[in-house]
Amino acid sequence: MEMIKLNIDNRTVEVEKGTTIYHAAKKLDIGIPTLCYMNLGDLKIEHKPGGCRVCVVEVEGRRNLAPACATECMDGMQVQTHSIRVLNARKTVLELILSDHPFDCLICAKSGNCDLQDMAIKMGVRSIPYQGEKSTYKPDFSPAIIRDMDKCIMCRRCETMCNDFQTVGVLSGVNRGFEAVVAPAFERDLDHSECTYCGQCVAVCPTGALTEVDHTTQLIRDLADPTKKVVVQTAPAVRAALGEAFGLEPGTLVTGKMVAALRRLGFDYVFDTDFAADLTIMEEGTELLGRLTRFLEGDKEVKLPMLTSCCPGWVNFFEYHFPDMRDIPSTARSPQQMFGAIAKTYFAEKIETKRQDMIVVSVMPCVAKKYECTREEFKVDGNPDVDYSISTRELAMLIKRSNIDFNRLPEEEFDSPMGESTGAAVIFGTTGGVIEAAVRSAYEIHTGKQLEKIDFEQLRGIEGIRSASVDFDGLEIKIGIAHGLGHARKLLDDIKAGKSEYHAIEIMACPGGCVGGGGQPLHHGNPDIIKARQKAIYREDMNKPIRKSHENPSIIKLYEEFLGEPMSEKAHQLLHTHYFDKKQKDVLLD
Amino acid sequence: MAKFKMHMLVCGGTGCRASASDVLYENLKKEVQEQGLQDDVQVVTTGCFGFCEKGPIVKVIPDNTFYVSVEPKDAQEIVAEHAIKGRRVERLLYVDPTNKKQIPDSKGMGFYKKQIRIALRNCGLIDPENIDEYLAADGYEAMGKVLSEMTPEEAIQEMIDSGLRGRGGGGFPTGIKWQIASKVAGEQKYVVCNADEGDPGAFMDRSILEGDPHTVLEAMVINGYCIGATKGLIYIRAEYPLAINRLKIAIDQAREYGLLGTDILGSGFDFDVEIRYGAGAFVCGEETALIHSMEGERGEPTFKPPFPAQSGYKGMPTNVNNVETFANVPVIYNKGAKWFASIGTEKSKGTKVFALAGKINNVGLIEVPMGITLREVIFEIGGGIKDGRKFKAVQTGGPSGGCLTDKHLDTPIDFDNLLAAGSMMGSGGMIVMDEDDCMVAVAKFYLDFTVEESCGKCSPCRIGNKRLYELLDKITKGQADKEDLDNLRNLSGVIRDTSLCGLGQTSPNPVLSTMDNFMEEYLAHVDDHRCLAGVCKDLIRYEIIPENCVGCTACARNCPVNCIAGERKQLHTIDQSLCIKCGACLEKCKFNAVEIV
Repeated sequence: MEMIKLNIDNRTVEVEKGTTIYHAAKKLDIGIPTLCYMNLGDLKIEHKPGGCRVCVVEVEGRRNLAPACATECMDGMQVQTHSIRVLNARKTVLELILSDHPFDCLICAKSGNCDLQDMAIKMGVRSIPYQGEKSTYKPDFSPAIIRDMDKCIMCRRCETMCNDFQTVGVLSGVNRGFEAVVAPAFERDLDHSECTYCGQCVAVCPTGALTEVDHTTQLIRDLADPTKKVVVQTAPAVRAALGEAFGLEPGTLVTGKMVAALRRLGFDYVFDTDFAADLTIMEEGTELLGRLTRFLEGDKEVKLPMLTSCCPGWVNFFEYHFPDMRDIPSTARSPQQMFGAIAKTYFAEKIETKRQDMIVVSVMPCVAKKYECTREEFKVDGNPDVDYSISTRELAMLIKRSNIDFNRLPEEEFDSPMGESTGAAVIFGTTGGVIEAAVRSAYEIHTGKQLEKIDFEQLRGIEGIRSASVDFDGLEIKIGIAHGLGHARKLLDDIKAGKSEYHAIEIMACPGGCVGGGGQPLHHGNPDIIKARQKAIYREDMNKPIRKSHENPSIIKLYEEFLGEPMSEKAHQLLHTHYFDKKQKDVLLD
Repeated sequence: MAKFKMHMLVCGGTGCRASASDVLYENLKKEVQEQGLQDDVQVVTTGCFGFCEKGPIVKVIPDNTFYVSVEPKDAQEIVAEHAIKGRRVERLLYVDPTNKKQIPDSKGMGFYKKQIRIALRNCGLIDPENIDEYLAADGYEAMGKVLSEMTPEEAIQEMIDSGLRGRGGGGFPTGIKWQIASKVAGEQKYVVCNADEGDPGAFMDRSILEGDPHTVLEAMVINGYCIGATKGLIYIRAEYPLAINRLKIAIDQAREYGLLGTDILGSGFDFDVEIRYGAGAFVCGEETALIHSMEGERGEPTFKPPFPAQSGYKGMPTNVNNVETFANVPVIYNKGAKWFASIGTEKSKGTKVFALAGKINNVGLIEVPMGITLREVIFEIGGGIKDGRKFKAVQTGGPSGGCLTDKHLDTPIDFDNLLAAGSMMGSGGMIVMDEDDCMVAVAKFYLDFTVEESCGKCSPCRIGNKRLYELLDKITKGQADKEDLDNLRNLSGVIRDTSLCGLGQTSPNPVLSTMDNFMEEYLAHVDDHRCLAGVCKDLIRYEIIPENCVGCTACARNCPVNCIAGERKQLHTIDQSLCIKCGACLEKCKFNAVEIV
């Protein structure tokens, strides 16, 4: 590797050829500010449009200032990152951006968590000399995501996530000049686009332009309603990230504190989506074994590989982009929806409460879950199995708002019976986790033998597409894993082309899986946070006394008392679903 | 082939066609037929003569008679008088505005005297829709010479030696650009012709494509041979239908003659050209934005490097040159690099085509050697300022350029001098202004254009230009203070310093150059709330001078809002609260009784 030397702020640094000034400066602990640049390291997402122009630096011999994020270092380069020319230009550019931005910081959903706000503080902006017209756009309220483009600063990170990483292609730059903004084609609403609601645009938006639909007000009202039994379920990835909102290190597990907080908020029953994840494994694992058995018996009709179906962003994706392949994914509902269906039947009976008097709320690392609970097929007489879903961020806000000192809370346990779960369920929160959980159970059910080693390291990792094979006592099961819909698309294209050799494929829409979900505390471009959460998930799994879904006593009891057996008629009715061809939905006409 | 005694060249450029030169052509043809002169007189539609001020133009050769403002009905007289009786139609001859004398021969016209036509050599001479006429004018000779006698390296060296620099505005040495592209390996290289001419008032490229499309095709083949590209793309704005049509005809004809396609002239070299349409975004003239637009992406620039030569169209090595640059290429190979380099200044060789416009007598398209002074262009070729008014400024380089004053009149025009003077060559717009032009309003006009045409990708250009416009607007309304002037200057500097592409990096030039050269006008607007040129409506009043008013009622009758009162033969008065400052009263008054204060 060719090394070159350059001088930044009068200090010498040696870097590999091809390194940008931004990264070279970082080696000297010089943090050049930027609003658009984003690099998610191992996740292989780099966004450097060179658009915000906040990172400009002075390079000797160059006529104009250079964007540090996009300019490659040259041998002998002399760079100044805080000369008076740079400081003036940077502040002026920031003032310009602020001059076209609403001044409603005090009431903005992103307040305190906004990159633009942070930058204004850092630059010491005290007035905005360049006042004038502000660009305004029609706000867009979808079931999951709110677009308030008045707050868009055209960093276009969302575009990179939507187009390059997810290959969904909904968001792109439209209009020119001062009117330029990121929007779906023809500036339509998200609801009238092919948006999967994966929420990755929200996860990277530096301002309040993209936020999730807020359900906390509704929740507070329901909690205060004495006629309602309010049940909460919390997804596995929430416990690995919630602590960040309270200043704890990324990767801190806060399961017990979270349960205590939910109880203090006034929920009648604090349950765990992990319970439903174990149930998912029972259903999905049985379905996989069924398909495999038929395949091995020579049934040519059987659809393999089987694809997982727990991720609502992913479900939306194939309904829009691969509707002709919608018989390939498992018919198992997501854990969120399985939970809702069981809570409003099995558990409702247990507590002798009518469906209408029960509110099921989920806490999810996800914004697509908000959309998922509104799907018609998950309603009974108009009453949804899950009433609504709040994000990890919304929960954190609610805890703060309710005067709860989160970090001093005791560790408490989930309620029974729907709070009991295994290690297999916890790892649903990370890429590779669902399939590992499925393998743990499928292996034992198929072979009738006990696993000697529960951890399937070959299924873990952060690579976008991974493949592994598992030996089912002589039967080699080939497994594919993808996180990020762009990676999923590659695997689907292979299946379409008849090139796929997998028996089962796990897909999650978000980078790293649910740990990197669109509803999590913002990572602000730091991929290490996502990786720390992933580690925490595996730690939680290790600490669980039971680590295989089919050994969950509450699940066993549920089948005994209520469902019969996996894939039974009742299970089908409550725990399975069907998919739609959304390509047929004529988006231009509605 | 018939040997004609006389040729009547009818301008078929967009300007003249808009004044029915196509009907005139048909009439002339019909008249020649009817008089039985078809074997002696040939009527030809040509490209633009450049003298658009007085179109439609008909030039008769061999005697070089130059008829101006010809109407379709004049056809009969021209044929009857000139073709049959050998007498010029005097009333259609050009009259020199300085001495009021008729000039029969185009060679005697000040407009043409100092021009050297290289890029425009065939415009106004040949029928652009007939490849034979191009071939007769040494067409495709350079291509033949390069393909059969030169290696790509030799051909590139010839281009480097000629000193030709990109005519699209950047002024990058063409030969060096070709050399870089030739050295990058790629499966499929591309040659792209940038015909996305977007400066307001500029029509150099359009005229070349309309008047001499084959020259561009020929140059593209040569360029392809030099860099190892077999595909050529012409990116042209869809608003140029005539140019597109003539290009299509030219491409078909060249293919038919084996001058495009496989194994051109038995050289073993393949090259073909396709047309790509732009939707008319100014920023798509920037080469990376142009390439993205051709790829079907949003037309916005990306950071360089990588340069198109490294990763251009579809990620392949691509050389992008402007129409005018290409139009120079065949001549350089025909006449030699040495000949070309003998024209112009030390660092700017050859000629430059300018679209001369504004308050000038001879509006039109001109091609002048580099090094000519602004004075020569404006006062000799351009025939001086209209109506004998006083010269105030000349704007070069379009929205990217600046306004120069009389202190710059003797500056030799070339890339570096214009830049040093605070303007730029740009693609060749040249707008002349007189004392009735307000320089703040001029800067505002250009910013209005830039605000519309910014792609919106980078903050300083997207928001900064808007704020510049708003500040200028405030000044022209008399609402600005000194601090606004400081902000205007600082913001201009920052936009120039931080913008992503050439558009933003140059968009403040009209502001900075007018601030540098006409600060007194800015100060008059700010301090005294006065517009010295009487242009800015919020700062002027129309008033009637009592001593001069005879009460003729002309002003009152022509006032569109009826705000002028007064009886016949009585003094008239303007109700300022209703006046919309349209200026109709001033225009109609024959007694100099209306003034702007």
